[in-house]
Amino acid sequence: MSGLLQEMTEKALARNIPLSLQLDLTYRCNERCVHCYLDHEDHGEMTTAEIKDLLDQMAEAGVFVLTLSGGEIFVRKDFFEILEYARLDRQFCVKLKTNALMIREREAARLREIGVESIQISIYSHKPEVHDAITLVPGSLKRSLDAARFLKGQGLRVIFGNVLMVQNLQDYPGVRALAEELGAESTIDPTITPMMDGDRSILSMGIGGDSLRQVFRDKTLVGDVKEFCAVPDPGDASSLSALPCSAGHTACYVSPYGDVFPCVQFPLPTGNVRKQRFIDIWRYSDRMNEVRSIRLKDLTTCRSCVHGGSCTRCPGLAYMEGNMRGPSSQDCEKSFARTGIASANMLAKRSAAPGLVQIQVEPMHTEVQPVRAFA
Amino acid sequence: MSLYVARSPRVAARSLEGEMMIMSGRDSTLFTLNRTATILWQAADGATPLEQIVHQRICTEFEVEPSEALQDAEKLARDLAGHGILQISEEPITRGETK
Repeated sequence: MSGLLQEMTEKALARNIPLSLQLDLTYRCNERCVHCYLDHEDHGEMTTAEIKDLLDQMAEAGVFVLTLSGGEIFVRKDFFEILEYARLDRQFCVKLKTNALMIREREAARLREIGVESIQISIYSHKPEVHDAITLVPGSLKRSLDAARFLKGQGLRVIFGNVLMVQNLQDYPGVRALAEELGAESTIDPTITPMMDGDRSILSMGIGGDSLRQVFRDKTLVGDVKEFCAVPDPGDASSLSALPCSAGHTACYVSPYGDVFPCVQFPLPTGNVRKQRFIDIWRYSDRMNEVRSIRLKDLTTCRSCVHGGSCTRCPGLAYMEGNMRGPSSQDCEKSFARTGIASANMLAKRSAAPGLVQIQVEPMHTEVQPVRAFA
Repeated sequence: MSLYVARSPRVAARSLEGEMMIMSGRDSTLFTLNRTATILWQAADGATPLEQIVHQRICTEFEVEPSEALQDAEKLARDLAGHGILQISEEPITRGETK
């Protein structure tokens, strides 16, 4: 983060301003990615007028960075109308997340004309047989890469977003090389998020153990391996007062149905913009304020964990495990793979008797949007 | 000769309680504007001459000599234009142009 952006983020935090927001325009999609947690049905998406009204409210609330995602954003017939309104009438800094299947020369030119900060395209492998087997759409890799070329031809910033899973673990160097060849950037993330109905079966596609260790020791990804995998500092009193992440502090998420959540990966319902004004939900929702109140010292297990200050613990994933103040097992696994030191949660589980309680997860409207772990 | 100024359509901009945050569409460089620059930015509609903006919006807000304020405003406007976040013209700039 640049110094100025860091400074503005701190100001936004002090003034309780939602500086960044992800708005999913739809959960409908023209791909069927095997790791996606959406049902791809339209359960009553916001209309164009509702979205424009929401954009007005968000601009008034101080939202600056707006990420438009889905589902697939281009399946909405009013996509360009929404984008144009967001950019030219409300002057958001707009980032797009798409599979790009519907972007051809004409769409790329229009995106350049309207002006977007970046377009993140999901690319899972440089091999068509692997990528297409994940999206379940034959020819999808070629179409996405063609789109990337059209976008780069317009001088736009393109980022390849790659979710690492067992199916494509060996292919990330190929994706990164492809990105470089096209003048695009790339990010990878090993996080798989549970299905929106709480079904956690897709987590079995996630990489873990030795594979995660291998990824975390790839210097082309992490830079200084010794530093990245170093044994964590014990932390001090100040780290116990640290914020877990930006969710609910300077960032939030709105679903296609107007539900407001602290983050796309944190499906705690805090209100709906069809019933309340966005700013009232942001400022006064009890649940949003509860999320805001949590510090490391309040976490049930993590406060005593050696990884406390250095862990990438996602409070949303912890919430989906049943307790927003509890650990996120996926992040425990990452900390362990990185350093070789078991987390407090892992140690507790080892000593616990069998027969863990299955916790009911609340129904939610959200979608897999990998957190950028490292670029 | 009048000078007209218009906010560039290529930027992203948001006011954080009076302080304007602007990201250039050219290279994603982030700028923040102080209070005076923010007033100028917000009034830059392409139709109001810079001199009028200075008289009506800046001189009423700050205790400055109009000629001195105009000189500073012109310098600021050219500086912002150099970063691609403001457009300057000797003719009114229509909305079509700003889009």
